[in-house]
Amino acid sequence: MITVDHSAALLEVRGLRKSFAGVKALQGVDLTVRAGEVHCVLGQNGAGKSTLIKTLSGAYQPDSGAIFWQGEPVTIGGPVAALQLGIATMYQELDVVDGLTIAENVFLGHEQATGGLLHVASANARTQEILARLGHSEISPRTEVGQLSAANKQIVSMARALSRDTKLIIMDEPSAVLDSHEVENLFRVVEELTMQGIAVVYISHRLAEIRRIGDRITVIKDGKTMATGLSVADTPTPDLIRLMTGHEVANVFPTAGPVPADAPVVLSCDALGVRGIFRNVSLEVRAGEIVGFAGLVGSGRSEILEAIYGARRSTSGTVTVNGTVLRPGSVDAAVRAGIGLSPEERKSQGLILDEPIFKNVTLSSFARFARGGFLREGTEREAAREQIEALELRPADPDLATRSLSGGNQQKILLARWLVHGTAVLLLDEPTRGVDVGARAEIYALIRRLAAAGTAIIVVSSEIDEVLGLADRVLVISDGDVLTTTNSSEIDEPGVLDLVMRGSAA
Amino acid sequence: MSEQITQAAPPAPAGVDAPPGVIKRMLGGSAGRNLGLVIALAVLIAVGAITAGDRFASLDNVITIIRFASIIGVISIGMTFVITAGGIDLSVGSVMGLSTVVASLAAVQLASTQTSWLLMVVIALAVGTLAGFVNGIVIAYGKVVAFMATLAMLVGARGLAELISNRSTQIVNNQDFLGFFRSDLLGLPILIWIFLVVAIAGWIVLNRTTFGRRTVAVGGNPEASRLAGIKVKRHMVYIYMIAGLTSGVAAVMMLGRTTAGTATHGTLYELDAIAAVVVGGTLLIGGRGTIVGTVLGVLIFSTLTNVFTQNNLSTSVQNVAKGVIIVAAVLLQQRFASRGSRGK
Ligand SMILES: Nc1ncnc2c1ncn2[C@@H]1O[C@H](COP(=O)(O)OP(=O)(O)OP(=O)(O)O)[C@@H](O)[C@H]1O
Ligand SMILES: [Mg+2]
Repeated sequence: MITVDHSAALLEVRGLRKSFAGVKALQGVDLTVRAGEVHCVLGQNGAGKSTLIKTLSGAYQPDSGAIFWQGEPVTIGGPVAALQLGIATMYQELDVVDGLTIAENVFLGHEQATGGLLHVASANARTQEILARLGHSEISPRTEVGQLSAANKQIVSMARALSRDTKLIIMDEPSAVLDSHEVENLFRVVEELTMQGIAVVYISHRLAEIRRIGDRITVIKDGKTMATGLSVADTPTPDLIRLMTGHEVANVFPTAGPVPADAPVVLSCDALGVRGIFRNVSLEVRAGEIVGFAGLVGSGRSEILEAIYGARRSTSGTVTVNGTVLRPGSVDAAVRAGIGLSPEERKSQGLILDEPIFKNVTLSSFARFARGGFLREGTEREAAREQIEALELRPADPDLATRSLSGGNQQKILLARWLVHGTAVLLLDEPTRGVDVGARAEIYALIRRLAAAGTAIIVVSSEIDEVLGLADRVLVISDGDVLTTTNSSEIDEPGVLDLVMRGSAA
Repeated sequence: MSEQITQAAPPAPAGVDAPPGVIKRMLGGSAGRNLGLVIALAVLIAVGAITAGDRFASLDNVITIIRFASIIGVISIGMTFVITAGGIDLSVGSVMGLSTVVASLAAVQLASTQTSWLLMVVIALAVGTLAGFVNGIVIAYGKVVAFMATLAMLVGARGLAELISNRSTQIVNNQDFLGFFRSDLLGLPILIWIFLVVAIAGWIVLNRTTFGRRTVAVGGNPEASRLAGIKVKRHMVYIYMIAGLTSGVAAVMMLGRTTAGTATHGTLYELDAIAAVVVGGTLLIGGRGTIVGTVLGVLIFSTLTNVFTQNNLSTSVQNVAKGVIIVAAVLLQQRFASRGSRGK
């Protein structure tokens, strides 16, 4: 058994349990975090990672179990109590206030004031200091947060943590909204924090990241700690995957033969553009082909998908599906022509969180199940059940509220939606954001199967290796320009990055 | 990775591993919310029966209460759709007033020609629906906030009604029409039957049709609905047309009950309707709506009014009580709702 060095334990959690109406989210979690380390928490979708950190940040109260902070038993009664102990959290969903400046966000909840009057200048100065400490002295504390990229919003979140006397920062999937450059930046910041003795609890489904910055690992499965304190250096990846999933997972992309030369062109864009965002995008996708868009966040990838789908009105060029030219700016026309979109932001753009799972799955197709305008919920539920079982959604109960699912399982609902609907063209924006290793392999295989069945697919992802591994052909995009179109076998990740860097410099 | 792995799950104390809590879940669901309303209604009835005795607890009085509720009830059904879809309609009362004016003027004009009173009904419905259509276009395509657009319609429709009617009251004296509204069917007044039919139709449309599903979806997340292929803007126009249509139906009922069309009909009805809908359990931010709750909400308010009138209490006291009830109902609902979702 492990001998715990209590003197160095900053946070110790023992036997933590937490249930929600019927769902046992945590059923015995143990965890020990030392000062100055990067402690990674791994687990499948729905394993209980977010629930664990929400009990540590005071958002939830555990049903039972003990929490020790610097050796002392503590109860974390609420978010303020956690902050006072020195535990700061960056949630899976960014929680900054868009309408306020950076400095106002950083000091939100502990504003410096005399008699109600804010000390604006000193808050700005202190924020400037913290930003410099995070290696971002170029950002002005007076900038309104709404104008920042997701990466910079995260910096604000971290600055907020540092504005207090923080000893532990918990990060729930911080890299999910970042592209590879921004992830590098994040790692630099994390390294600086740990050098200052601050501990970081880091959650991510990307094992490569954990290899890069992690010190020790705790694996959670079905709400229980499977292993804790594993050293990153000494634990091979297959072992981690087995601990997480209980079985072996071939962490590879499915291979596919070349698309037959006589496969019909299903989707074609001709000089498509949206003024001020991207221009002159011409591409053809044939039945059975997967085309990937590689590029940085903000390069216009998602906007191109939206324009094809009619969710954004194109100002030039045309989109043609199976010979029919689509009316610009009409989602309805696109859906009727057989296009489906799985949007980038699943919470704000994809799901109705308070509705049951099956209604989200059939959101595009309920009218088809209906007879004379009358819903047939039984048929809908069955169709949805079939897909959520095929996708191994957990829990696979079509009547559960969508809000109660973990992030990765919510993502699967979006795929299920178009599987039920059936499409000729499928546009996937970040199809594996927040999805665990096991499910990721399943989703890749599923996308391949759909292609093999004749669907034309476009995939956008911030993970360049995912785009390259999945797609037959890749468009490298930078600042709204298509830099090059090539077979994915003829380019590698550094090659893409190199192109992008040169493209944006030009 | 050998000895560093600690096998987890110590035989921890069983803790508060509560049983699934079927009852709590039920109370969190729509049945539970309606149960709360039924209890509130029962309490009111008990208070009425105790304080006013037989004057309150008679069949006649029960019919009076429901009859009193039926006009505002019909408007509230339309309002339920608007609020479920994430909108608000402040103009329902004055649109109803306008409809009574236009329809009754038409009736006076037509009296000499002996045209069927059905035409008057059609005119009232058309005026209401048209006003709703204008609301919907301005909100969905003009992108004006619903609160402001319908506030403008509230003021504008009232003004228009005054202009057209010259601030005078038109008496409807078509005997067929008045006779119809004075008649009973199976012992219940026609007004109640209309309310019943509208409520049942509303329930079916909201819960059993694609239109209802779209309404809930659009209220729950308009952007996700749009990206799933639902025509959100067009649907919002339909929604406001429904609110206008129910205002038109209410106008016909008002004409039948009072025999008069006037610009002041329906003043402040929008507030009564919104209160009934929200007390009934429809979420003010949209995404969840209940017709049964709305009907119960309307009945609670009309029972309250009746209890107070029977006890000769002033309308001022009534209004204070209404205010208290609104806050209490919303507080209660939040407790039920949070139990359901946080699973405490
Ligand atoms: N508020 C809630 N009500 C009911 N069930 C919940 C709630 N929050 C979480 N759950 C359930 O608890 C379990 C753990 O969820 P949690 O969000 O902690 O998973 P996770 O490990 O963070 O997954 P992911 O990697 O997908 O983010 C899941 O089965 C989830 O459905
Ligand atoms: Mg999570």
